[in-house]
Amino acid sequence: MLEIKNLHARIAEDGTEILRGIDLVVKPGEVHAIMGPNGSGKSTLSYILAGKDDYEVTEGDIVYNGQSLLDLAPDERAAAGVFLAFQYPIEIPGVATMTFLKTALNAQRKARGEDELSTPEFMKRVKEKSAELQITMDMLKRPLNVGFSGGEKKRAEILQMALLQPSLCVLDETDSGLDIDALKVVSDGVNRLRGPDRSFVVITHYQRLLDHIVPDVVHVLSKGRIVKTGGPELALELEQKGYADFVDAAA
Amino acid sequence: MAAVQETIDRVRSIDVDQYKYGFITDIESEKAPKGLNEDIIRFISAKKNEPEWMLEWRLEAYRRWLTMTEPTWARVEYPKIDFNDIYYYAAPKSAPGPKSLDEVDPELLRTYEKLGIPLREQEILAGVEPKSRVAVDAVFDSVSVVTTFKEELKKAGVIFCSISEALREHPELVRKYIGSVVPVTDNFYATLNSAVFTDGSFVYVPEGVRCPMELSTYFRINEKNTGQFERTLIIAEKGAYVSYLEGCTAPQRDENQLHAAVVELIALDDAEIKYSTVQNWFPGDKEGKGGIYNFVTKRGDCRGKNSKISWTQVETGSAITWKYPSCILRGDNSRGEFYSIAVSNGYQQIDSGTKMIHLGKNTSSRIISKGISAGKSQNTYRGLVSAHRKASNARNFTQCDSLLIGQDCGAHTVPYIESKNATAVFEHEATTSKISDDQMFYCQQRGLSDEEAVALIVNGFVKDVIQQLPMEFAVEAQKLISISLEGSVG
Ligand SMILES: Nc1ncnc2c1ncn2[C@@H]1O[C@H](COP(=O)(O)OP(=O)(O)OP(=O)(O)O)[C@@H](O)[C@H]1O
Ligand SMILES: [Mg+2]
Repeated sequence: MLEIKNLHARIAEDGTEILRGIDLVVKPGEVHAIMGPNGSGKSTLSYILAGKDDYEVTEGDIVYNGQSLLDLAPDERAAAGVFLAFQYPIEIPGVATMTFLKTALNAQRKARGEDELSTPEFMKRVKEKSAELQITMDMLKRPLNVGFSGGEKKRAEILQMALLQPSLCVLDETDSGLDIDALKVVSDGVNRLRGPDRSFVVITHYQRLLDHIVPDVVHVLSKGRIVKTGGPELALELEQKGYADFVDAAA
Repeated sequence: MAAVQETIDRVRSIDVDQYKYGFITDIESEKAPKGLNEDIIRFISAKKNEPEWMLEWRLEAYRRWLTMTEPTWARVEYPKIDFNDIYYYAAPKSAPGPKSLDEVDPELLRTYEKLGIPLREQEILAGVEPKSRVAVDAVFDSVSVVTTFKEELKKAGVIFCSISEALREHPELVRKYIGSVVPVTDNFYATLNSAVFTDGSFVYVPEGVRCPMELSTYFRINEKNTGQFERTLIIAEKGAYVSYLEGCTAPQRDENQLHAAVVELIALDDAEIKYSTVQNWFPGDKEGKGGIYNFVTKRGDCRGKNSKISWTQVETGSAITWKYPSCILRGDNSRGEFYSIAVSNGYQQIDSGTKMIHLGKNTSSRIISKGISAGKSQNTYRGLVSAHRKASNARNFTQCDSLLIGQDCGAHTVPYIESKNATAVFEHEATTSKISDDQMFYCQQRGLSDEEAVALIVNGFVKDVIQQLPMEFAVEAQKLISISLEGSVG
């Protein structure tokens, strides 16, 4: 279970406060959607969950499965099951996607005290998950994210998620850049991962993603605070009315 | 990638500034008196039972050297070397020259075992993995202690032995080629080497022969205050092919040690020589104390038409590296290649690059240089590409990429281009990058530690060059690079 308690955070470099008291509880098996205007702090929240050191937590705590994440380095959080699908996936020149996948998977297994996966077993899993996401083996030979189209990058993120089998999946605008068919493929990929032991925080601007990945709870983030929480119908309401009502409420 | 994982394991298992090959072999050695004069040169030549002309050649070089001064144009700084405070000859007492493996001092065998260098042919043959075989010439301080697979190579007509042995057994070949690529008067260090060189390898591949296995020489400096002056000469006759690998390590000592080698390659018509180096001399400790001064002249002569010489180097060791493996593209349609990975960490200083001298028609060359600087190191690429008047249609492509890790290191690129022929086309691309915080965070988010992330990103950065190494050494080189960068983050 993820519990975010009164989380305040600022940009380490210049002290600008971005998150101004966030409270959020995500139970195992739940899917929470976070929506909100550009610049409201959605990506910042996802980075802070993952441990990016550009930000400083000034107040509050993030507790995951009984342990504060704030004490853990990003790789330790990853080994503890936290996964972030980046809004803008990063390019790693010269490193074949396949190599990256294997290195990441084995690093996490090792951190958890598990044996390295044998190459045949690894290949079997990669082939299966890639097929589901319609990712070709050719693409996996290319350096990670280098020259990938927007949609390919997002699919590669979900492939990593499917292989790493995290227990907390944070998806930051995974739908942006996807064409209609790809949106379906990626959503199906996410839905396959849904289960009683896995939680999702899905950041999006659009109802069309939530048509496929139906959330249990929807939150509206504005100016670093959650200003409204509701069921799936809240997203539909936002789609019609925009954020105006809530943003004013936050001001 | 298994290599990355193993790298990390190894990085973790060693202390911050522990150089894995830093042990000292306790073995009785015979040395010439310290210092340099004509008597020392006579001593070396006599020790090796050299022909008279060789001694004369050395003495002439020595007299020339006395008139020369050390070059200062490289971007390296070090206290003045006292050339009279060095031993110019040191040899394990028990090993006056290469002989059969059974006669080699067991202490030496253990040394090479510890270094991971296979000297026992049967062990290599019985290896669990079906890996290709490599013939090794092992040079310990000033002498070659053993050369493996000699008989088998002989059957193919290939001569692979120490240069000392070649001077005794094949003097006419040595005399014909030595100094024909790097003249005695070439430069301060090459001239010094010509006067005092002690051992090194000799390779001769006859016309039309494809050398049946990889050849390699493994250089080890053990003795204190000893210079290693190796001389290597490789000749590929018409249509011949050979791939050669050189490896080097030295014990961890507080004093600096001098290594000044000369390597000459000659490729005749349609011949090809592939020369790879994995240089891992002791780089000095984390305060910058000790380490090897590596002043090396390596040059290949594409003497025949359609010949090809390719240099691949992975440079991770030495306190100072001064090294420019070059190609003289004399034969029409000849081709030169230079692939380099130069990693500097701690207080290491590297000034390295290549020269591609286009003399013949339709000659082409390719330079891929990857410099990685970390710690407080300085890493300079220095390269010359030139086309002479008759070098019509000369082509060069140069790519120099530098990667910086941390704030206190430097990367510099100094390319010189000279063209006296209007049809020559030279292309040069250069980039300098840092491992970005975003890349680090992304890798860490996927579960990689700091060190694993750097190792992975660096392995990606050097991939183009690693691919040029013989298979057996590619994995080793990747590990070495990561170990060298240990402690560079965090
Ligand atoms: N490292 C940083 N340096 C400077 N400003 C930052 C940094 N990170 C975030 N910000 C600022 O903080 C605010 C919140 O940014 P964030 O990326 O979290 O918004 P978002 O809700 O994800 O927006 P979008 O919907 O456009 O993706 C923005 O004003 C942004 O410019
Ligand atoms: Mg965002």
